[in-house]
Amino acid sequence: MMMKWGRELTILAALALLAGYLSLTQPNFRDAFTLSTILTNAAYVGVVGIGMTMVIVAGQIDISVGSMLAVCALIAGTLARAGAPMFLVVLASLALGLGMGALNGALIAYLRIPSIIVTLATLTALRGAIVWWTKGYWVMPLPPGWKFLGTTHILGLPLPVWIGWTAVLAAAYVLAHTIIGREVYALGSNPQAARLAGIDTARVTFWVFALSGLLVGLATMLHVTRFSMVQTQEGLGLEFLVITAVVVGGTNIFGGSGTVAGTYLGVLLLTVTSSALTFLGISATWDQAIRGAFILVAVTADIVRTGRWRQPVGWAR
Amino acid sequence: MRIRLLWRERVLIGLLVGSGVLLALLSDVFFTPANLLRATRYAAEIGLVALPMTMIIISRGIDLSVASNMALSAMTMGLLWQRGIPVWPAAALGIAAGTLAGWLNGWVIARVRVPAIVVTLATLAVYRGVATGLSGGTGILGFPDSFLALGAGTVAGVPIQTIIWIAGIAAAAVFLTRTAVGRYIYGIGHNETALRFSGIDVDRIVLGLYTASGFVSALAGMIYAARVGTAKSNAAAGYELTVITAVVLGGTSLAGGEGTIVGTMLGVLIITILQNGLTLARVPAAVQDVLIGTVLVGAVLTYRERAGRKEVFVIAPPQPEPHHAGGRVLTDPGNDLAVGEERRNP
Repeated sequence: MMMKWGRELTILAALALLAGYLSLTQPNFRDAFTLSTILTNAAYVGVVGIGMTMVIVAGQIDISVGSMLAVCALIAGTLARAGAPMFLVVLASLALGLGMGALNGALIAYLRIPSIIVTLATLTALRGAIVWWTKGYWVMPLPPGWKFLGTTHILGLPLPVWIGWTAVLAAAYVLAHTIIGREVYALGSNPQAARLAGIDTARVTFWVFALSGLLVGLATMLHVTRFSMVQTQEGLGLEFLVITAVVVGGTNIFGGSGTVAGTYLGVLLLTVTSSALTFLGISATWDQAIRGAFILVAVTADIVRTGRWRQPVGWAR
Repeated sequence: MRIRLLWRERVLIGLLVGSGVLLALLSDVFFTPANLLRATRYAAEIGLVALPMTMIIISRGIDLSVASNMALSAMTMGLLWQRGIPVWPAAALGIAAGTLAGWLNGWVIARVRVPAIVVTLATLAVYRGVATGLSGGTGILGFPDSFLALGAGTVAGVPIQTIIWIAGIAAAAVFLTRTAVGRYIYGIGHNETALRFSGIDVDRIVLGLYTASGFVSALAGMIYAARVGTAKSNAAAGYELTVITAVVLGGTSLAGGEGTIVGTMLGVLIITILQNGLTLARVPAAVQDVLIGTVLVGAVLTYRERAGRKEVFVIAPPQPEPHHAGGRVLTDPGNDLAVGEERRNP
């Protein structure tokens, strides 16, 4: 049990230390508003992180999530401005995410183009299309109903936090206890063996990317409905933040192992660290450097702990 | 010495000539010597960094931190110069900083054996982040003309950085095809274990490759700072993607063991000429990205068709082909032995 949850316990300890230190030294940190902001930020990043965990466990990568989020956000905002009811806006965002994810998935699974090339192409193409289409203008003002999802509170916590937790729990169950979930792990640890065992590897790969897109569509709604405008640079660099969280959360970057719970804790740790910088008066310009150091420390510790460092160098093995 | 071109290099030359003709039809300014020489100023930065990148990808590694390294070394140079150190010693120290950053990548990859994609993804953030942190978010301007000449000057009408690039191409091509270490780099990409068993110090070569990548990135960082006249922390943002795109377009396989300097040079030329010509033809940046993305995906598909549908793994580890022996499926016995050997002789 200790070994199985080792990574999750390590992150929890780090999180507790950091949060404990901050609440003792910075009275503002204990503020309900700060906590709810941290949890809300973690909710949408965490939902994207669920999809990324599945993609990475399956032995692939998806770096187009930030661009997909921006497309969903802008189309949703435009629809809302055109007078579409909110449930239709949410549906549109989910469908759009699913569609873009399915496009990635089809190119990767059926045309068998490496995922890093496909999602690199969609990352640039979608981001470019946004700039071309909006010419850099923000989508605003948005109708009053827009902020319903982001500002409704249940038991003192915003609705997005609850939706995020539900999604994490559901995904954790699906990955650990259903056939399709186990197929994702099988595919990631040994594609050849998975194929020989009768798993339709192309279908699993396709659906992992399609689901990742769908979750980006959901995350978009959790994120942008807190603000009264949609910016064109929405989601910029999100892929890096999410991949960091997934790796810090203990998922093997080469596939085959990892948990959604670990990813969510990784997201929390990164979010708390970000706000810790503000509280400790460290300039936000150092944020990126610290995130990078996080990845390096987490992965190195993991490799030394598991003794995998005796394996050959390289990145694709 | 007879120069033999691979099949895909001929395709690339066709692509280059084709897009050149098309762009010349779309814009009057494109096919003028002045514009083409100006385009090579940008191409030289991409092209220089692409040289060690080609070797690293051939060895089945990757270096995502190159653009951040460019910013970090340019920023180091700028800050030292601002504090009163003359510009050329400051530039030398900046290049030293970038080389050290590259060595650090190589050390973690070769000695600690953390996968290159993870290490360089992390240092992509660390190096850019340190550059941002040090600069406090502001750029440094006002370098002396002698330094700016590195980015804007010419020798006999040819931009200085273009000359540096051509020299780099020649050196890299000779190194990769005519020296033993160059051949070992292909070997590392094909079968690293076999190379180790042949008594070759793979770790040292890998360490050298990433250090070289750091050195060249830093040099390109100086050229960038001299060309735009500013040292800033967001310098060369996104260049790593352009460089990797050019290398892959040039026919270097992300699965390792395959690739040429000539191919990379052609890849760099196609991408930079497309960017330059399409901008002159007033094609929006978004459409340019889509076009370049399509060219890349098309090229990768064509190469694969030609290679007989050989599957390309990028993130998923290439598993050894199972041996079918009397109805039982065994994994590669040689490979297992190799792992055992490693364990016995750490």
